[in-house]
Amino acid sequence: MTTFTPTRSGSRVAVVRGVRRKPYRAERRPGKLAYLTLAGLAVFSGFPIYWSLVVASQDNSVLGAVPPPFGIGSHLFENLDRAFGTVPFLRALTNSFVVSGAITVSVVLFSTLAGFAFAKLRFRGRNALLLMIVATMMVPTQLGIIPLYLIMIKAHLAGTMYAVIAPSLVSAFGVFFMTQFLREAVPTELLEAARADGCSTIRIFWHVVLPASRPAAAVLGMLTFMTAWNDFFWPLVVLTPEDPTVQVALSTLASGYVQDYSLSLTGTLIATVPLLALFGILGRHIIGGIMQGAVKG
Amino acid sequence: MRSFLYRLDVKGSPYLYVVPFFLIFASFGLFPLAYTGWVSLHEWNLLEDDHPWIGLANYTTLFTDSSFWNALRNTAQIWVLSTVPQLVAALFLANTLNQRLRAPTFWRLTALLPNITSVAAVALIFSQVFGKEYGLVNWVLGLFGAGHIDWQAGTASSQVAISVMIIWRWTGYNALIYLAAMQAVPRDLYQAAELDGASGFQQLTRITLPAIRPTVIFTVIVSTIGGMQVLAEPLLFGGSSTTGGSDRQFQTLGLYLYEAGFTRFDFGYAAAAAWAMFGVIVLAAIANYFLTSRLRRS
Repeated sequence: MTTFTPTRSGSRVAVVRGVRRKPYRAERRPGKLAYLTLAGLAVFSGFPIYWSLVVASQDNSVLGAVPPPFGIGSHLFENLDRAFGTVPFLRALTNSFVVSGAITVSVVLFSTLAGFAFAKLRFRGRNALLLMIVATMMVPTQLGIIPLYLIMIKAHLAGTMYAVIAPSLVSAFGVFFMTQFLREAVPTELLEAARADGCSTIRIFWHVVLPASRPAAAVLGMLTFMTAWNDFFWPLVVLTPEDPTVQVALSTLASGYVQDYSLSLTGTLIATVPLLALFGILGRHIIGGIMQGAVKG
Repeated sequence: MRSFLYRLDVKGSPYLYVVPFFLIFASFGLFPLAYTGWVSLHEWNLLEDDHPWIGLANYTTLFTDSSFWNALRNTAQIWVLSTVPQLVAALFLANTLNQRLRAPTFWRLTALLPNITSVAAVALIFSQVFGKEYGLVNWVLGLFGAGHIDWQAGTASSQVAISVMIIWRWTGYNALIYLAAMQAVPRDLYQAAELDGASGFQQLTRITLPAIRPTVIFTVIVSTIGGMQVLAEPLLFGGSSTTGGSDRQFQTLGLYLYEAGFTRFDFGYAAAAAWAMFGVIVLAAIANYFLTSRLRRS
């Protein structure tokens, strides 16, 4: 009888398969060196974010001190005040939430619809179309920036959130991700049974596929939200500093003639904290999603 | 009638489900790409109403512009400086994570933490860290008696700083992708190797690496495409100036495109630069393909 520390995923596998399975390569027990490496990594990963908190909580005059301050100072609220006074952060946060939320809903919905069709329905040209979607994942978005901007000006949408949202309403990765997931998540017999009972395709989608796709939809939603929140180039081009997203507001803070470091790092803190919170709550699933997407992609 | 409706539903409705994707993708992905080509053949200034046709003139100007070649060289250098250490580190990191660790989720979370930080935030934080007067890096160097480096001023130093930003943000992400691939490698291979007395390093190079080669190729291609588009890091590192330093020492292709399009409003020229960039990416992808398929054979 083997024993193992039951990680959540490990124990789930054991339950599902009815056999005890070691999570992975249990032969190699990590030594001190492994933990030392990982601790180093944790410092390397976390330090810049911690550092932005340090600088954001200091007075600019202290930053020139030798040695530099490594602790949290007392000027955080003052700097926050200054940051909110210099750029419209409140508005930017609202905008970012609206943009990211709308993009997430749309990407998840359309990806699930298309994923259902590609994974479970038969139609002429299915493979060619799916191949085309995978191929489009290779085309960088930067190349379309100029005409996109011209289109938005023509449509009188430049400077609005519609212009930010529209190009991201669908994602090739999302369709691919959902197709892969639904292939295995929904048994074809179940669909056939529903059909035999007289269900139309859209009812099958609504009552069978949509509930089954929930775990993947959650992961895709989180990844999409993060990407949309962090998007920089296109919002920078199409929006104005008066009505920005958070990332655009950040770039405004950084463009002064004199670098006001505590101000700009206060800005990065404001932009990062919502995602850090999301990551703190859902990080495990986000990691699962990235790894799942990687194996199959 | 019912059977007709049924047949219509079965045969027709799949198209309805994929059509939103293709419709939106065509209008915001494919059409702009073609339109970029059209714009690039005109003298297209945003501030003027006339856009006269000038054929390939934008391209000939582009290819004789030393700033374009400079940007291309910078992009390639930053790509090499950032991708090689990043992927090697990711590999070792994944190998470390691929053991029976205590609190594996915690370690994976720390690895991914940089990736959820936005590129704008990363660029601002590291600009401060690499600051000339009060930067952390210079302070540490000072402890060892090394002089104050003006990171922005030099070509090598500024490109190293930008590469560090990219490495910091993407190493953990790639490590997770490698980790996923590593976990699919059959375990008995390692057991057999262990019996034969293979060291951990030998197991990594003889078993793990060959087994996850497709994933490695995938990450190389993805980071190439990403590397050709680097823009936010140099833009914010230079304090939102589009030239990439006083001497264009860290202006990338993406930044060059941005400068032409959105500070000079010379859209025709910027469009030509965009198509040139696309050409570079395609060339890089083809080169990648041949290189990796040779690797696969050897």
